[in-house]
Amino acid sequence: MTFKPDGQPADGLSAPSYVELSDVRKEYDGCVAVDDLSVSIARGEFFSLLGPSGCGKTTTLRLIAGLERPGSGRIAVDNRLVSDASFVLPPEERGVGIVFQDYALFPHMTVFENVSFGLHGRGKAHIHHRVGELLDLVGLTGLGKSYPHELSGGQRQRVALARSMAPSPSVILLDEPFSNLDADLRTTLRQETRDILRVEGATVILVTHDQEEAFSFSDRVGLLNAGRLEQVGSPYQIYHHPASRFVADFVGKADFIPCTLRGDRLVSSLGRFRHQGLSGPDSAPFELMIRPDDVTIAPDPLGEAIIAETIFLGADALYTLELPDATRLHSLGPSAKLLPDGTRVKVTVELAHVVAFPKD
Amino acid sequence: MSSSEATKGVRRGKRRFDVLPLLPVLIAGLTVLPVAVVVSALFTPSPEVWLHLWRTILPDMLTNTVLLLAGVGTGTLLLGVGLAWLTTTCDFPGRRSFTWLLVLPMAVPAYIMGFIYTAIFDFAGPVQTLIRELGLGIAVPQIRSPAGAILVMTLVLYPYVYLLARAGFEEQSGTAFEAARSLGAGRSRLFFRLALPLARPSIAAGVALALMEALADFATVRHFNFPTMSDGILRVWHGLMDLQAASEMAGLLAIFALVLLLAEKRSRSRRAYHQSKGRRPGIPAQRLSGWRGIAATALCSVVLIAAFGLPLAQLIHWATRELAVLTPGTFAVYARLAANSLTLSAAAALLTVALALLMISLSRLKGSRVSGYATRLVTIGYSIPGAVIAVGILILLAAIDRAANTLAVSWLNVTPGLILTGSLVGLIYAYGVRFMAVAYSGVESSMDKISPNTVLAGRALGARPLRLTLKIKLPLMLPGIIAAAILVFVDVMKELPITVVLRPMGYDTLAVWVWQMSSESLWTATALPALAIVLAGLLPIRLLLRIGTAHR
Repeated sequence: MTFKPDGQPADGLSAPSYVELSDVRKEYDGCVAVDDLSVSIARGEFFSLLGPSGCGKTTTLRLIAGLERPGSGRIAVDNRLVSDASFVLPPEERGVGIVFQDYALFPHMTVFENVSFGLHGRGKAHIHHRVGELLDLVGLTGLGKSYPHELSGGQRQRVALARSMAPSPSVILLDEPFSNLDADLRTTLRQETRDILRVEGATVILVTHDQEEAFSFSDRVGLLNAGRLEQVGSPYQIYHHPASRFVADFVGKADFIPCTLRGDRLVSSLGRFRHQGLSGPDSAPFELMIRPDDVTIAPDPLGEAIIAETIFLGADALYTLELPDATRLHSLGPSAKLLPDGTRVKVTVELAHVVAFPKD
Repeated sequence: MSSSEATKGVRRGKRRFDVLPLLPVLIAGLTVLPVAVVVSALFTPSPEVWLHLWRTILPDMLTNTVLLLAGVGTGTLLLGVGLAWLTTTCDFPGRRSFTWLLVLPMAVPAYIMGFIYTAIFDFAGPVQTLIRELGLGIAVPQIRSPAGAILVMTLVLYPYVYLLARAGFEEQSGTAFEAARSLGAGRSRLFFRLALPLARPSIAAGVALALMEALADFATVRHFNFPTMSDGILRVWHGLMDLQAASEMAGLLAIFALVLLLAEKRSRSRRAYHQSKGRRPGIPAQRLSGWRGIAATALCSVVLIAAFGLPLAQLIHWATRELAVLTPGTFAVYARLAANSLTLSAAAALLTVALALLMISLSRLKGSRVSGYATRLVTIGYSIPGAVIAVGILILLAAIDRAANTLAVSWLNVTPGLILTGSLVGLIYAYGVRFMAVAYSGVESSMDKISPNTVLAGRALGARPLRLTLKIKLPLMLPGIIAAAILVFVDVMKELPITVVLRPMGYDTLAVWVWQMSSESLWTATALPALAIVLAGLLPIRLLLRIGTAHR
């Protein structure tokens, strides 16, 4: 697989765009929240907006929902203009479902009433059928008469999901819907939600700050930083072919080792690595990205590194290694055979993908 | 709590019998006693009194009371909820100012509003005079009518509903509204399916408070020739000096009040809807453009002028005429009225706040169930109309005086006459009963705001109970205590029925003076005292609004 800098997916997912944002900009009191953002999302695609808090991802979601008016740019859904600086189709006419972080369930209504809220005006038989179907789908069969305060956090999340799906919206927006759940439940519900939404065939946009969530949930991930898209691509591309140091840092632990360009090789204290597509004058300084799982260590009295610190993670242990030139490097190894601090080790770096950034 | 229990434990060990925990029970007993006396009169009915009442005034007064409650209830509900919805969810010119301006009518007591309206719109008033002089031939509806009374009371009482409905709307999660909109709900559906049901407990509590005020009023309805139960009790007492008949009627009125109280308590306790606090609280405001924005501004202005601007302007107009002819003699009269009002208000404020502090501290020290019930009982007074409390206290004091006289005659062979009846004791006692709840809830909420950890932190740093109280608890509670005292102070200043019944002969207050002069249509004589009452009434509103904005 090759990395394309324009972020187009390399795995064939280039269907015609369904949700299209073109140069969308939003400012609050002179503060830029979304900075000329353009992205197109295909019908039926699961797309994640990933980024640190305050990067503008929730604002982007609210713009798509029609809850905010863009300062400039345009948003189209299914080739129909829904928002620009002068026109905003109100959310109630948009047919876009939302699941909020706090679920925003209607506390005075039963689960049935909550889920059927969006089916207002349809026939009674249809409503009963649809709500029953959805409650079965999200695993809440028989809880229709319960009130939100009688439910657990996970159940509330599922009610919110069923409610947003009830009118069969073409697009469903998920605003950090798993962040209020326990770690265990989060993983299970994430997969369940994914499966449920696949059944409905909806186009889904998820907002999250958790890269694992974004990776495991979506077909493509857009990484947002300070209102700008740093990179759009498949989870594999984002993780293994980050387009910038920011992306590399954000989606996983990485060390950046100084190196220099020599023809088709990068030369560093840890060895020489063949690169692809990097260009620059000879001996130009670069930084080589090395992830802890690329680094294996073996005890060796003649080894070049010393274990400075060990963090026990459970199945794995994260070692901090100190190299002769005092640079530090991390290595992930099995925790069963834990090596004590101060052990001299031999370092082997095996890079499946060589990623390097020019050093300023 | 735990800190207090610990210190208490140490102190308890030294004492064999502890009277302190009984104190709250005693205070609560004294508070409930006058009401209990009146209600118990219902259980020992005298058939001939009831028969007489039934043949004369009772049917009319019952009908009028029900009519007044229905009218004021509907009026305050529509006006209060409507204005609250408008100012929380719509954006129009002047909205920010109107959110607090619309609370101001609370400062005008209904009886002042009442006589100003009759003065302006009556046959001899400026409006009808002008119409006659211009020969317009417009028929002005009779202001001294049930509708007039309901209109005036709605205008002064709607702020209760307005304030609580606003609070109810504002605490609603904004994301729930956004979710509803994304599910296709338009504005009317948002209001009827979401906002209204969620705010219903708050709104119901507001309407109940407004109705309690309407039930307690006797002076306004008398201006409008619309006698209700409260008015009836005072008529029977003042006109016939018939304590038996008055107490029977007061018992009946107390039942009305207790039903309202129950309704209010029930609606407050059902506020427990789990409302998740979203990141974006509050309902997003919608800009009203063009004529709709102007209509909203106009509506708020009309209400504000009718309920506050007009009466204030009229009072100021009369006051300037009065000031022009003010003599040292009349000035002395006003000064005495003000001094009497200030004395009574200050005494009642000090008493209620001190008792509230005592009760709350004691019940927290012990945390016993008995004092818990006692504290709940102490707060029923605010729902009981002043006339009922006054009659109850009259009965009590008269009984004590009678007993004292009997004893004095048999032992000393002298007749001391009326000792308590017609003294300030009865008056202060009655104020205490009526306004204890105001002081209590103020002091309690200020104490609730102190985190137990703050006190624990002080203890961990070695502070002894006295130092904890003086250096930590009291400074933290002081603003709340002062606010509670101001609320009681102003309530007593405006109070009419209790003062009219229980004041010593010739002991007039500002409120009583306003009432007497206005019954004789001596408008300019009412102006300065009435203005003083309205200005004092603005004080607690200032507090109320500051608390309101601090929450946001």
